[in-house]
Amino acid sequence: MSLRSPLGRVLGRGSAKDGVQHWWLQRLTSIALVPLSIGFVASLLGLPALDYATLIGWLHQSGTALGLILFVLVAARHSQLGVRVVIEDYVHGEGAKVVALVLLDFAHLLAAAAAVFAILKISFGGRL
Amino acid sequence: MPERPLSPFLSVYKFKYTLVTSILNRFAGVVLSSGLILLVYWLVALASGARAYVQARAVLALPIFKLVYVVLLAAFVYHLVAGVRHLVWDCGMGLERETARRSAWIVAAVSIVVTLILAYCLMGPGAYSR
Repeated sequence: MSLRSPLGRVLGRGSAKDGVQHWWLQRLTSIALVPLSIGFVASLLGLPALDYATLIGWLHQSGTALGLILFVLVAARHSQLGVRVVIEDYVHGEGAKVVALVLLDFAHLLAAAAAVFAILKISFGGRL
Repeated sequence: MPERPLSPFLSVYKFKYTLVTSILNRFAGVVLSSGLILLVYWLVALASGARAYVQARAVLALPIFKLVYVVLLAAFVYHLVAGVRHLVWDCGMGLERETARRSAWIVAAVSIVVTLILAYCLMGPGAYSR
């Protein structure tokens, strides 16, 4: 039996049993980002130049495409979780907070979708 | 709504340099979040064809972006190193006052060294002969 009123639960004050979920996902994504981000930077460092032909060839390698998709997806989720807390902490006023959180989620979804689409388009596209 | 103490309630804390490592980590995280926009812009330009990518590169090669890349790089390295420190804490290790203070210095030192090395590799003389 819960001692919380239904109104209290709806208003989202205190635990509604999903606080741990946020904490856990933040850790899970951070663990995954250690190898993914290092791999991304290392792979970039291994390129001789950043011109169009080199990068298209780079993204035609399955390993690069897969690694980059994972990196972008996990980074976007990690970023969304992190900035969410920043907004919750520093944006006062319920209206502004909700608007900021909605925009935050939409922006991250858009970023992740655009990045994955771009990677797949290059990866499945013709070679130069 | 009853008036409750707010968290983070910064004014009640005595200043300690370990506090800087904490707020810097958050700040670096927000910087990296905006860096995500740059990454997406770069990828979308790349997917839009050779001409679009040449245009995007001209934009990304503007002098101001040198500063942006240095800040992003520093934020990335610091957030990574400080994040690992957090993961160690999450395992219940290194939480003693002395250890936490020492690891704060280790994080700072490692971040600065790795940032300088990477900045040299990515942006120094001879890097990416365009």
